[in-house]
Amino acid sequence: MDFRDTPDEAAFRDEVRTWLTEHFVGEFRELAGRGDPSDEDNYDLRIAWERVLGADRWVGMSWPVEYGGRALDFSQQVIFNEEYARADAPPRASFFGEGLFSPTLLAYGREDQKRRFLPKIQSVEEMWCQGYSEPNAGSDLSNVSTRAELDGDEWVVNGQKVWTTMAHRAQWCFAVVRTDPESVGHKGLSYLLIPMDQPGIEVRPLKQMTGTAEFNEVFFDDARTAKENVVGDVGEGWKVAMATLGFERGTAFLSQQLAFQNEVAALIDVARENGASTNATIRQELADSYIGVQVMKFNGMRMLTDLVKKGVIGPSSSIGKLYWSNWHRTLGERAMHVLGADATLIAGDPGKDYALDEFHRIFMVSRSETIYAGASEIQRNIIGERVLGLPREPR
Amino acid sequence: MNFAFSEEQDQLRDAVRKFLEAKSPETEVRRLMETTEGYDPAVWSQMANELGLQSLHIPEAYGGQGFSWVELGIVLEEQGRALLCAPYFSTVVLAANAILNAGTEDQKAALLPGIASGETIATLAFTEPNGKWDASGITLEATPSGDGATLSGTKMFVLDGHIANLVVVAARAAGTSGTDGISFYTVDGDAAGLTRTALATMDQTRKQAKLEFNGVQGQLLGTAGAGWDALSKTLDQASVGLCNEMVGGSQYVLDESVQYAKDRVQFGRPIGSFQAIKHKCADMLLETESAKSAAYYAAWAAAEDNDELPVVASLAKAYCSDAYFHSAAENIQIHGGIGFTWEHDAHLYFKRAKSSEILFGDATYHRELLAQRIGI
Ligand SMILES: Cc1cc2nc3c(=O)[nH]c(=O)nc-3n(C[C@H](O)[C@H](O)[C@H](O)COP(=O)(O)OP(=O)(O)OC[C@H]3O[C@@H](n4cnc5c(N)ncnc54)[C@H](O)[C@@H]3O)c2cc1C
Repeated sequence: MDFRDTPDEAAFRDEVRTWLTEHFVGEFRELAGRGDPSDEDNYDLRIAWERVLGADRWVGMSWPVEYGGRALDFSQQVIFNEEYARADAPPRASFFGEGLFSPTLLAYGREDQKRRFLPKIQSVEEMWCQGYSEPNAGSDLSNVSTRAELDGDEWVVNGQKVWTTMAHRAQWCFAVVRTDPESVGHKGLSYLLIPMDQPGIEVRPLKQMTGTAEFNEVFFDDARTAKENVVGDVGEGWKVAMATLGFERGTAFLSQQLAFQNEVAALIDVARENGASTNATIRQELADSYIGVQVMKFNGMRMLTDLVKKGVIGPSSSIGKLYWSNWHRTLGERAMHVLGADATLIAGDPGKDYALDEFHRIFMVSRSETIYAGASEIQRNIIGERVLGLPREPR
Repeated sequence: MNFAFSEEQDQLRDAVRKFLEAKSPETEVRRLMETTEGYDPAVWSQMANELGLQSLHIPEAYGGQGFSWVELGIVLEEQGRALLCAPYFSTVVLAANAILNAGTEDQKAALLPGIASGETIATLAFTEPNGKWDASGITLEATPSGDGATLSGTKMFVLDGHIANLVVVAARAAGTSGTDGISFYTVDGDAAGLTRTALATMDQTRKQAKLEFNGVQGQLLGTAGAGWDALSKTLDQASVGLCNEMVGGSQYVLDESVQYAKDRVQFGRPIGSFQAIKHKCADMLLETESAKSAAYYAAWAAAEDNDELPVVASLAKAYCSDAYFHSAAENIQIHGGIGFTWEHDAHLYFKRAKSSEILFGDATYHRELLAQRIGI
């Protein structure tokens, strides 16, 4: 047990810090401390920033060198993310491609697919969206009914996806579709890559409680994609889709507590300034949020050590997802306590836009975090059944 | 960065677990908790002679083995799991560390070997009838006399105070307040003028006593008037130790709940298949694992003796106290009626969880302390 950097880790940390000091400068500083991956403020500037990252292979840093990556191990990735958060650099719009799709592709994709898609993710030229959920397939993802049929060299896709974050910005969608029309449940599904810019696809924005529209409905009406655009075998999409969910719940969030620490620090500053910090209850709440994020950090380090030893996270990633999403939700509620009467006002002009400052954004966005990537109830089922071995519900 | 126990540490855990399974099964816990002394002298000697548990983290220069707080944490975790009834926490965690933190070289050399060998049962007497865990609670008065002072006043909630042969007392010079004027004194358990009364404890597995000092002659330990820093550090270390003990109990009740949820059938299915029960177990796991992360990290900070210790100690004490009590309480609910019986062990852990939560300050107390320590 030792929480200090090894000499190698310290050298790498230095390298990252130096790089960030040199590159996260100028107009990019406007992005400091901005929201979450789907925050659309300053979108073009964010893309420009991510291209700077990509040019120096910090996008795709974990990929093998042969695919343009830096082959960084888990602890190096965490160090990068720690320094990235310390610099207050913004969450990535390219999260869906880099964070979710690329590890799935590396695990299950063919060589030609990796060569085709990874470079464009790294150069931040092609953005991705996740086409899983449908009106009748939410927590029960195996109930998807969007279907794809082969027509010569192409799949023809019909159906509807919903809650598809950033579909309006994406060039590609990784989707779970039914390729065996006779099948039910998780059999007969395939993991299909579909280009978004085509007549057979219509993207309709859905306005969220935040007032903005980062997620969408996506309608497929004879949409087409090439026959080879299946990751894994046809009919084996469930396994591939679950791998993506594993990344979404696990490694992608290992470093998240660092941004959360910044949020707690910012809230404590506000409480000091507006005097809320003299209130005994608020002090308890702030201390508790501070404790929560530190414990999240300790959990993350334990999980990381485990990951380095065993190579996989497994279902215990559900513990992390359940923990951080609940913690963040509570932080959002407490931020409103700290703001007091000011919590009833937002940033925008009256009668015009519904613009949120950072704490109102946390207050609202955190309500979605206990829903997406597997709702808390589902995570508790997974923990109960797959970690603790409790009997499944009769179905 | 490496957040895992080493192979040697895992072996230590195995050895302690095996020992406690043999020497401290539930039947023994129940037998000892009904006694006033609250421990088995034969097992106490075996702990010292066969496993060297009392000497574990005491430096070699004072007759110990020089292991770290991480190893001590492992031993405490196993004791918490087994609900060991013994004056280990009072002797090894409280008294030994108070002596290490406050004592001069000569005093350490004189007092610690007895603790390390298991001959001395010792404790730290700092709380008083006012029940405060901070400096303001210390009112017992020390009047300089000879090499030490004459002590007058009452200490309460003193862990194993009725059986200790060595009592480390925190006292205050007349006319001082707050963190000023606090000194440590050592007193023999049978010193003239000292009246010791065993107390009836809600958690019967951990004994307490009232110690009335009526002009007792105490030997000064360390520097007169400068005791607070050493006491504060001792309390932080003790909180860390207690956290490690608590996570052992928390894991035990989780295991018990999960097993029962698999075995008990109602409405034609195991109760663990009902989400209401399954989700309770999932939350218990989340909290227990998180409490472990906090307790282990805190043990490392104590081992390093770094600047983080005060913050981490309060952080861990707040988190682990809540987590253990919650798990122990849910364990009763998951067991239904049987969980409410004297015969089932759920109440033993429930009571231990509550007494541990309160000892050295509950979660509310430590959240406030943490707020001050991080400058809120
Ligand atoms: C902001 C946001 C962004 C999203 N982005 C994407 C995206 O990019 N791509 C994508 O594919 N999807 C996305 N989603 C969708 C998300 O994955 C689903 O909302 C989620 O899977 C839940 O499905 P649902 O909304 O249909 O709710 P339902 O599944 O209908 O659940 C409703 C409630 O019932 C509970 N419930 C359901 N089943 C059970 C059960 N077996 N036991 C106990 N309780 C149960 C749930 O926990 C929940 O509380 C996004 C969602 C949000 C909110």
